[in-house]
Amino acid sequence: MSQTVDKPRSFQEIILRLQAYWATKGCAVLQPYDMEVGAGTFHPATTLRSLGTNPWAAAYVQPSRRPTDGRYGENPNRLQHYYQYQVVIKPSPKDLQELYLGSLKAIGIDAELHDIRFVEDDWESPTLGAWGLGWEVWCDGMEVSQFTYFQQVGGHDCTPVSGELTYGLERLAMYILSVDHVMDMPFNDPSSPTPLTYGDVFKQTEEEYARHNFDAANTDKLLKNFEEAEAECHALLSVPADDPKTGKRIIMAHPAYDQCIKASHIFNLLDARGVISVTERQAYIGRVRTLAKACADAFVQTKAGGYMPEAAE
Amino acid sequence: MPDLMIELFSEEIPARMQKRAAEDLKKLVTNGLVEAGLTYASAGAFATPRRLALSVEGLLAESPTTVEERKGPRIDAPEKALAGFLRGAGVAKEDLGTVEEKKGTFYVAKITKQGRAAAPIIAEVLEKAIRNFPWPKAMRWGSGSLKWVRPLHSIICILSAEDGSDVVEFDIDGIASGRSTRGHRFMAPDAFDVVSFDDYSSKLKSAYVMLDATERADHIWHDATNQAFAQGLEVVEDAGLLAEVAGLVEWPVVLMGNIGADFLDLPPEVLQTSMKEHQKFFSVRNPKATGGDTGRIEKFVTVANRETADQGATILAGNEKVLSARLADAKFFWDNDIRTVEREGLEAMSGPLSNVTFHNKLGSQADRIGRIAALAREIAPIVGADADEAELAAKVAKADLSSEMVYEFPELQGIMGRYYAKKAGLSDAVADACRDHYSPLGPSDDVPTDPVSVAVALADKLDTLTGFWAIDEKPTGSKDPFALRRAALGVIRLILVNEARLPLLRCIHSQMRVLARKQMNTLNAEFFHKLEDFTEVLDLSLEVLGTGDVSFEGYADWLSEKKLPNPLTNLLSFFHDRLKVFLKDEGIRHDVIDACLAMDGADDITLLVKRARALSQTLATEDGANLIQGFKRANNILTQAEDKDGVEYSYGPDIKFAEDDAEKALFAALDTAETAIKPAMAAEDFEGAMSAMAAMRGAVDAFFDAVQVNSDNSVVRRNRLNLLGRIRDICLSVADLTKLDG
Repeated sequence: MSQTVDKPRSFQEIILRLQAYWATKGCAVLQPYDMEVGAGTFHPATTLRSLGTNPWAAAYVQPSRRPTDGRYGENPNRLQHYYQYQVVIKPSPKDLQELYLGSLKAIGIDAELHDIRFVEDDWESPTLGAWGLGWEVWCDGMEVSQFTYFQQVGGHDCTPVSGELTYGLERLAMYILSVDHVMDMPFNDPSSPTPLTYGDVFKQTEEEYARHNFDAANTDKLLKNFEEAEAECHALLSVPADDPKTGKRIIMAHPAYDQCIKASHIFNLLDARGVISVTERQAYIGRVRTLAKACADAFVQTKAGGYMPEAAE
Repeated sequence: MPDLMIELFSEEIPARMQKRAAEDLKKLVTNGLVEAGLTYASAGAFATPRRLALSVEGLLAESPTTVEERKGPRIDAPEKALAGFLRGAGVAKEDLGTVEEKKGTFYVAKITKQGRAAAPIIAEVLEKAIRNFPWPKAMRWGSGSLKWVRPLHSIICILSAEDGSDVVEFDIDGIASGRSTRGHRFMAPDAFDVVSFDDYSSKLKSAYVMLDATERADHIWHDATNQAFAQGLEVVEDAGLLAEVAGLVEWPVVLMGNIGADFLDLPPEVLQTSMKEHQKFFSVRNPKATGGDTGRIEKFVTVANRETADQGATILAGNEKVLSARLADAKFFWDNDIRTVEREGLEAMSGPLSNVTFHNKLGSQADRIGRIAALAREIAPIVGADADEAELAAKVAKADLSSEMVYEFPELQGIMGRYYAKKAGLSDAVADACRDHYSPLGPSDDVPTDPVSVAVALADKLDTLTGFWAIDEKPTGSKDPFALRRAALGVIRLILVNEARLPLLRCIHSQMRVLARKQMNTLNAEFFHKLEDFTEVLDLSLEVLGTGDVSFEGYADWLSEKKLPNPLTNLLSFFHDRLKVFLKDEGIRHDVIDACLAMDGADDITLLVKRARALSQTLATEDGANLIQGFKRANNILTQAEDKDGVEYSYGPDIKFAEDDAEKALFAALDTAETAIKPAMAAEDFEGAMSAMAAMRGAVDAFFDAVQVNSDNSVVRRNRLNLLGRIRDICLSVADLTKLDG
């Protein structure tokens, strides 16, 4: 059964292969969410869609931002902007581990030659009021993915349970492509007319954002923005569900959740600027969690969230 | 008799939970079977990352039929009562017997419980065990409601006898029991059937699964040490890591790899911690090379979960690469830290600690370091350390908390401090104090003996204790979130091992005084009996003494004047409680310690323990035990007489009123004892003092045998009572013997 898997030649080829693989496994291949988020989990396709009873299967790349991890593009594997590949399937299929291993094979990791292990790692997101059990997946001693069975999101029990897979794309690709510094990694095919490295694409922005995140972001304004996003989220959720214009029942869970995402990212920026003390930190996280919970409460009242008007009447 | 075999096959079970889970499975199933009447000969449980297995041998094929006699109502009881009884017992009226008793004739029902075949009993017991399994954390998956540690995939449950085996059939949330399992996830993924436990374990072996965790651990250790030995190296022992790694693989394959040459000069503790925490690697050292205390760490051992066509070459190369990235981080931290230390000194490194909160009521880490340094200076001369050196050591001992390395590896606190202190050109004593001032942590940890380390370790722990006492965060019951019991035991062991003569109350008072000034607004008001009051004392002493210091005596006097309980002594009794627990292991009784606590200097732990040990030894001698009885007798007689007469018999008796020879002999014995005890006590020779006391035993016993204390002659009586008073005084000068039991 051992057959050599042909190796991908570039960062983007790994992404393309994952897209193709999960498409053949029945996932809707979505595009990144168009807002700044800290991780692929924040995409409403994961947070909100893991709630309620409707079946769901989605896969997507999500650009993610962690302002505190900026290193001006100098650190071999730390970036303030990076990519996660995210798969979320509800209910979690019985063969999710096999499906996952199939995806590793698709990107050139041959389980016949490598040592792949599932090592305990419980996942918890205090900002999302979410937790789950699962593993970090190791390949030859390196963590290549997070594998989680969601138990609770936004304070709601997940019934059914979603299975979530998160691949840290840069690290995984560096391993597969045998690259030591992320900026040296081929982004497109090295033999193409215009070969580009990851550095060609992102070195400039890493420098700019590191300076911005650590020194330039206007903290007064950010603090104000946080308050505004928080207020807007609550305001949107307090609007009555019945829309007088259309006569329809429209709960604005997603627009409200956008404000929650915004607040979360502003908090991350403030954290990177070092203006949040240890005690305040907990308070801010708690405020974002309150928003996430309120959005989750709202989403389960929508049709997509499994709300059935007949049953409720 | 049939054998039972169970396997619960799931996705990967966390390594740390496997051993306990196997034991729980065995307990839940065998207890359930026995309760249902199914006894067995032997049972064994096993765990791998993907399965829990249980083998029960020599099980009864069916539970025995039992007959129970149940007494019912009297035969003349109302119909209703009888009907209820019949319903409860599940018998018909015509099947009832009767029994004659004093109170009348009663119905008796014979209830027969038919034996049941093993299979349905097993099915019930196992289903219950699965549904109530005590996992530390369990989860749901898919659309089901069953909880297991990770998704449960299949269940083997078979009863086998010589003529074949049967599946014990049941279904739990859609998982039907059967006889099929799978081997190694990658090396033998296909399903296969089994007929018995022996069949199961041998088929597993050929399917690349070692079922027994001990076998896996032994295999790993054996291979690892052999590979190291072949190259003149040795594996650093780590039982915890071995157990964990054995829980991460079903088919252990040991691979030894190289550490990049750039990293070999990192401190061995850094290599070891980084490899263990991040990669679960064993460290392999060269005992002949210089480096750490016991040789240099040069290679690592990793344990893979499979064999490969390239003999693990790809796996090892990958692991080496991951390790290099990890160690590059560690080296980066190390180089940065060293640069900081060499450029600015170690004290500068601790600068950021003023922004780190130790506890929101007790200020920052920097505040705390300041307090510890002051106390270390005060303690230094008592433990034979240079005051300047102790103060300096305390100031730098926690500097490594703001190093990059300790931020990454908190468990290296202190260890890194020692390296950085040396790089900063500080003395060995200071460097060692950086590492050792956290000790002792556990009750069997080594206790530092270098005076500088001792001073800082004591100051550190005493500051913690005083601080948490002052904000009323004392341990209660099983709750001790700040490990204050451990800190107090640490202080006790530091004092005893080093025979330090530490005035605990003074030290506590010093710390409290500093705290009161700095953190006045956040401390527990009750502790200071209203802060204004304490401020008042501070101000008063400022006025009177011209210093801002409240003297220890001044504070104590002021408290007793105001009839307020002394919070210092409250903390002191916490120490005494810990001391009692500690000395219990030495066989020293609580009451013996109480007898010594009542004496002066109860805050001098060294003196206290010396006295308690001497008293304990004395009590173990025949003379000693008898003398105590004599003392008690004298004390009882005296107490009664004093109560009755309303006077205290503590005037010196006069030998001229002595009538009996035994009485005269007692005078002589008391003189001898007193002459011996006084200088012995002054020299703190408690053994000498107590054996002199015990030596009075013969004279005291003879006196009680021969003499009637309550003589009719009132002069003689008073003289004899005063004589008893002398016995009491002499004895009480050694320890408060009234506190002794029995």
